[in-house]
Amino acid sequence: MLIKLTGGTVYDPAHRVNGRVHDLYIQDGRIVDPPAGAHVDKEYDLHGMVVMAGAIDMHTHIGGGKVNIARTLLPEDHRADPAAHTEILRSGCGHAAPSTLTTGYRYAEMGFTTAFEPAVLPVNARQAHMEMGDIPILDKGGYAMLGSDDFLLRLMQSGADQKMINDYVAWTLNASQCIGIKVVNPGGISAFKFNQRALDLDEEHEYYGVTPRQVLKVLATAVNELAVPHPLHVHGCNLGVPGNMETTLNTISGIEGLPMHLTHIQFHSYGTEGDFKFSSGAARIAEAINANKNITVDVGQVLFGQTVTASGDNMRQHANAGHAHPHKWVCMDIECDAGCGVVPFKYRDKNFVNALQWAIGLEIFLLVDNPWQVYLTTDHPNGAPFTSYPHLIRLLMDRSFRNEQLSRLHPEAQKMTTLASIEREYSLYEIAIMTRAGAAELVGLSDRGHLGAGAAADITVYVPDANREKMFSRPKYVFKDGQLVVKDGEIVKVVWGTTHVVKPEYDHAVEKSLEKYFDQYMTMKLDNFVIREEEISEDGRGSVTIHPCWGGRGI
Amino acid sequence: MAKEIEPGLWEHVPSPFCGIGADDLKIRVRGDRLEVLENGDDVTLPAFEEPLGEKQPSVAGKPVPLAEAVAQAAKILKTSDLPLIGGLATDVAGMRAALSLADRLGAVVDNMNSAAAMRNILVLQDSGWMTTTLAEVRNRCDLLVVVGVDVETLFPRFFERHLWLDGMFAKNSARKVIYLGKAPAEKPTNDSQVLACADEHLPAVVGMLRALINDRPIQAETVGGVAVGELRSLADQLKKARYGVITWAAAALDWPQAELTVQILCETVKDLNQTTRCSGLPLGGKEGDQTANQVCGWQTGYPVRTRFSRGYPEYDPYLNAGDVLIETGEVDALLWVSAYNTRRTPPKNGLPTIVLGRCGMTFEQSPDVYIPVGVPGIDHAGHTYRMDNVVAVRLFKLREAGLPSTSQVLQAIQEAL
Repeated sequence: MLIKLTGGTVYDPAHRVNGRVHDLYIQDGRIVDPPAGAHVDKEYDLHGMVVMAGAIDMHTHIGGGKVNIARTLLPEDHRADPAAHTEILRSGCGHAAPSTLTTGYRYAEMGFTTAFEPAVLPVNARQAHMEMGDIPILDKGGYAMLGSDDFLLRLMQSGADQKMINDYVAWTLNASQCIGIKVVNPGGISAFKFNQRALDLDEEHEYYGVTPRQVLKVLATAVNELAVPHPLHVHGCNLGVPGNMETTLNTISGIEGLPMHLTHIQFHSYGTEGDFKFSSGAARIAEAINANKNITVDVGQVLFGQTVTASGDNMRQHANAGHAHPHKWVCMDIECDAGCGVVPFKYRDKNFVNALQWAIGLEIFLLVDNPWQVYLTTDHPNGAPFTSYPHLIRLLMDRSFRNEQLSRLHPEAQKMTTLASIEREYSLYEIAIMTRAGAAELVGLSDRGHLGAGAAADITVYVPDANREKMFSRPKYVFKDGQLVVKDGEIVKVVWGTTHVVKPEYDHAVEKSLEKYFDQYMTMKLDNFVIREEEISEDGRGSVTIHPCWGGRGI
Repeated sequence: MAKEIEPGLWEHVPSPFCGIGADDLKIRVRGDRLEVLENGDDVTLPAFEEPLGEKQPSVAGKPVPLAEAVAQAAKILKTSDLPLIGGLATDVAGMRAALSLADRLGAVVDNMNSAAAMRNILVLQDSGWMTTTLAEVRNRCDLLVVVGVDVETLFPRFFERHLWLDGMFAKNSARKVIYLGKAPAEKPTNDSQVLACADEHLPAVVGMLRALINDRPIQAETVGGVAVGELRSLADQLKKARYGVITWAAAALDWPQAELTVQILCETVKDLNQTTRCSGLPLGGKEGDQTANQVCGWQTGYPVRTRFSRGYPEYDPYLNAGDVLIETGEVDALLWVSAYNTRRTPPKNGLPTIVLGRCGMTFEQSPDVYIPVGVPGIDHAGHTYRMDNVVAVRLFKLREAGLPSTSQVLQAIQEAL
């Protein structure tokens, strides 16, 4: 079947198309060159409409143990947002910790077609994939968490060479069916198990003697040498601690030019100035990003209201548990692999710290020059639920709206931010970079995030509106792999996406060491730990798509 | 993955029965019969080795083809105003199918072990907790406090696999176990201690322990027959432990409002973490109870005891309790799923009843429809959750007995509606 999308105004940064009117053709789920003389089976008139690739959320907590703990923890939050079943949709719940089915529907209704779970504990990867397997419409994938696992820390303690670590990292990606490697509070989740309550960049883990800087270095090197496209995905030390800007700046310089992605950087950009000893480090952080092309970031924007924070960083989550709202929280140590902490939280615009967090996130968005280096996230649900993206896009694209919102905040916070003086407004082209072309390239998807021939026909069509929140809330059409799934902001068809992975090669000798380690210390056999592709595909809906390890955009 | 090292001989077989996800079983399969050759125990051995019963489905006790049983089940469910899908002892795929069907029917879902599981879930939802997992216990635990349960009866290999060996950071010789409440059936080892009390006194005893840990002034000299001095010593040991673990089995805390006792334990763990590390370890995971709550959690946002009668999930741990709904006559049909254990038959009820049960199940009174199903991990592949909720265990098909899986039958029923 040949589908023609006629006359839309196309924003396709991967091909430097910035608001040019041209037609698109879809055949067998792919975008194709204009076929000479072929019969068009279905035509959509998109005159006056905005056309982009389907949006990609490159960091959103949508599946895995801690997300399910967050769901179970918050029945009162779900009750306020029930999602009823329809002829084609299953029921569920929305808001801070939505059910998997509702997650897929609501992302698609906003024009998103792909999302990545950024904190897959290898031992819990099976659950992450099963949960994501119940997220309809979206393509998905995960970043496997390393850096506080005892196997790696033992390797480092014993002075293992980089090749051995590379083999272990590659094995982990294969065994957990993931597309990238993430590190959370490097070494710190393990240190917390030894009762250390903080671990700064150059502080030694009391048992292993290794430092977070060393963990970052070996993992970033491994990812780079394995040519995994997505750079090491880093949730740094000291999340949420006033003054952590210095740690973040040291982390950037300490990686010595290797590609590195710093996630939810807003939570790592705090100074200690002012009466409240809490200030914005956004300017210096943005300056460092602008000066270091090896660095990419996503923001983790805070927006006001009730949400829940779910993180692998149980050291920091435990430290912040006193702020839980409602007052209940969960921390777990997990299988000599990592941990997790789930703390419900309500961000308030009249609270000085929360208001300044909001401003710091926006400052970073607006002060980083290159939109290929910064990505649109709220670190769902940690800064805000993903359903607030259209509101966030309006804040970025509409200065008067932004300043009007700013004027409602805690007055002392208003004094501590330069936001009101920043004139920049994001363009549609820049929004398309950070939510499409850039995100696809950053994760290593060559056939998503753009509208060139051969790309998957994941396409979102918007009706332009000066109110960008309204425009991005309710696309006119969303196509997933060439099938119309959303019309006028509502799901018209439910399809099932694929799971994106990489499978770097490695020396299988590492499995001998792993087998010995598993038999001696773990509670399952090594070969029962490994996830096979059929576990993702056997339900008849899921599939695994393997992407080549080509090294990413490089530096 | 479980390996067939020679025809009919399997090793590294995971057990869906034991709650701890032991995956080192060696099993011989001859035709329909299984024999556990290595690493069986009082729970897994009979569960794997139980012979098959009648494979043919029945309607009102009379053998019928599967399609007919499915059609009759669909007929009962279609005419029901509010069906209960209970039992729910199945694997992830079975639970997915059950929730799809419940959403379609507007049914209530509940699990056969909910009365116990809710003692933990209510605490999680009210105040949260700090917990750990089995490999952390194995490698770090230097002091295990067992509250109100004889662990080895319920989980025969718990100590063998997780405590009585050298861990990465805790030597076997340096570990200590203290039993609070129930004494173990077998004489504990030298480095164990028993502070025995009756179940009815356990709430007061654990309350006293928490008070002592928080250095509250205490006048009493005994509580529930336990000397306060002994509890003070336990409190001191927990404070000094590098990685203490407090464990309980909700199923063994069988008295009204036992969740309050669980809550005291969980808050005690939080208190201890002001200065040292300590974690809770809730024991459970049998008959797929963790699996039911996990899948229900991600598909609806809620644990079981959730109803779909208004078109969207509504959770209520009291009003949606399956046994209460049957007793009060609020539900008018029962679909009972019990794929692991032939003895876990539906509760007595006067309702039209459909049973998807492990092949070999027998009944005092024949249900309206009985469809024998395969066991996840014996008759078909699947996934189940271990007690610590983090590790989903991959299960494998070991034999071909021609039995359908729970999910296949539930999907067929949904298609027949």
